Amino acid sequence: MAVDEQVLYSVKNVKKHYPIKGGMLQRVKSHVKAVDGITLDIYRGETLGVVGESGCGKSTLGRTILGLESLTEGELVFNGNNISKYSPRQLKPFKKEMQMIFQDPYASLNPKQRIGDALEEAFIIHTNLPAEKRREKVIKLLNEVGLKEDHYERYPHEFSGGQRQRIGIARAISINPSFIVCDEPVSALDVSVQAQVIKLLKDLQEKHALTYLFVSHDLGVVRHLCNRVLVMYLGQMVELAPVNKLYENPTHPYTEALLSAIPRPAVGRKRERIRLTGDLPSPSNPPTGCPFHTRCPIAKDHCTTEKPAWRQMDDGHFIACHER
Amino acid sequence: MKDTVLEVTNLVTKFKSADGLLPAVRGASFSVKKGETLCIVGESGCGKSITALSIMGLLPSNGLITDGSITFNDQNLASMSPKKMQKLRGNDVSMIFQEPMTALNPVFTIGFQIREPLLIHQKLSKKQAHARGIELLKMVGIPSPAERMNQYPHELSGGMRQRVMIAIALSCNPSLLIADEPTTALDVTIQAQIIDLLNDLKEQLDMSMIMITHDMGVVAEIADRVIVMYAGEVIEEGRVEEIFENPQHPYTKGLLSSVPNVDDPDFELKPIAGSMPMLNEKISGCRFHPRCPYAFDKCFSESPKTFSVTDKQNVRCWLQEEVEQNGGRRASSL
Repeated sequence: MAVDEQVLYSVKNVKKHYPIKGGMLQRVKSHVKAVDGITLDIYRGETLGVVGESGCGKSTLGRTILGLESLTEGELVFNGNNISKYSPRQLKPFKKEMQMIFQDPYASLNPKQRIGDALEEAFIIHTNLPAEKRREKVIKLLNEVGLKEDHYERYPHEFSGGQRQRIGIARAISINPSFIVCDEPVSALDVSVQAQVIKLLKDLQEKHALTYLFVSHDLGVVRHLCNRVLVMYLGQMVELAPVNKLYENPTHPYTEALLSAIPRPAVGRKRERIRLTGDLPSPSNPPTGCPFHTRCPIAKDHCTTEKPAWRQMDDGHFIACHER
Repeated sequence: MKDTVLEVTNLVTKFKSADGLLPAVRGASFSVKKGETLCIVGESGCGKSITALSIMGLLPSNGLITDGSITFNDQNLASMSPKKMQKLRGNDVSMIFQEPMTALNPVFTIGFQIREPLLIHQKLSKKQAHARGIELLKMVGIPSPAERMNQYPHELSGGMRQRVMIAIALSCNPSLLIADEPTTALDVTIQAQIIDLLNDLKEQLDMSMIMITHDMGVVAEIADRVIVMYAGEVIEEGRVEEIFENPQHPYTKGLLSSVPNVDDPDFELKPIAGSMPMLNEKISGCRFHPRCPYAFDKCFSESPKTFSVTDKQNVRCWLQEEVEQNGGRRASSL
């Protein structure tokens, strides 16, 4: 994968807060800060992994970047265009460039719609091709993701999980986007099928020069697929680094703990595990100072009051921690 | 090793459906020794959960055991009356499920649910049961256990709920604990906590455990012995070191090379082609042959026999017969 340093998508201080309403008048009582100040550049041709525990805001980040959730604050700059305040009409040409692959491919397909028709929809909306040409395109797509022509007439329930995810992928690449958000695309699949889908994603990226934002909780898959990795905790950025640097030299105590918690599929070389006590705090009432201080093994007094700054460790390696 | 706690012989479990009786488990045999952790590994649809439910006598109403025996402490569970089974379940054998939210009853307090097995099986008074419940919650590492007794499941996080489930399962000191994917729904940091907890408790209470999982990482952390299931059959069995360092069945090898290695950036993924067959699919010979890269004539026509690789490791694959005949030449070429 050739990654040049050309910025495709620039995300600036993006926040997404959901209001919590309560009381008799349904007044807004507080907010769930799902995404709280994310700033990053996504380079053309790269796969940027976003990892973290459930509830850390990684999926919301992906959806917000695609415009599926409205922004609370911040700017989205795609290919030099600030699209954060665009109207739906203005956004249409950009939507063609950005697509999404969802976790549960069955929930994202209409059970009463034939696969061929589902795949054709994108062409109806974004192109003005005649029906025959559209069908040709769809069949080409089906072949590209490893399905057959006669799958065109079938319904979603006739496919296995892996095949459905292939349909989800076909739909995402149908109108030649340049940027795809993959939201846990393989975590609902069995391991043998998971490996097939990972391979497909890799092949397609090479063939179509795609840029991926790969949201996942599976750190093994992320290492295999991504160039750079962002670690999130309670909606905030914790560490960002090139993939090998992050896995070989994790610097933030949360990243360290996360990596050491993965059960390794090999016997006899048990590594010392950093035990994190407790659970993820609620994002509606995040801890003051560093969000991680309640579970951090090296937290000092000032971690509870001061929010750590986002700083560069070395080339391309960023971290938010007072103590490292 | 020590004496056998559970012996499953040629277990066949079938499901009634519109297409007739469909076998989900096709002649599985294995045993669990005292103090041992056996992992059952396989992908969804391989029959691993149904094997566990057959042992527990918790099969859905359209499922039935048509053949084989399940011997637990000299009693055959396969032919036991539901009433006797009820006495055993939650007492001598208990089970932890994948989704702790659905396994706990949302309208009763944690205390009520943890007291229940103690009142029924151990005939404790309510007061004694309450005290024992607090002890149990403390044992599984729940902070301020006395207050938790009055809380409802929705007030706890996923990891805490799973700890409560473990406390309930262990309340009557079972000699066998069956854990069906207990960590799959949890985050890695919480998963690590639960695995450590299960390992500690097993040592402490000297019980046997059957752990069902599809995660090879979890297997390496917890298992003493492993059986690999595919399409209702046990295809390989061995000690955990043997399965990871010297797997013999092409499917076991495929499973191991389908999991991306976190510590190796150059790890090459080798997916297994195709997908798990449906229950009603008729496959001649070896059930794995349509997906097997090494399949030859015999695999298409005859169901493989079980061959022993070492005294503990067995594999159900025709390739092994050639290994035996040619003195290991085939194995090196794989």
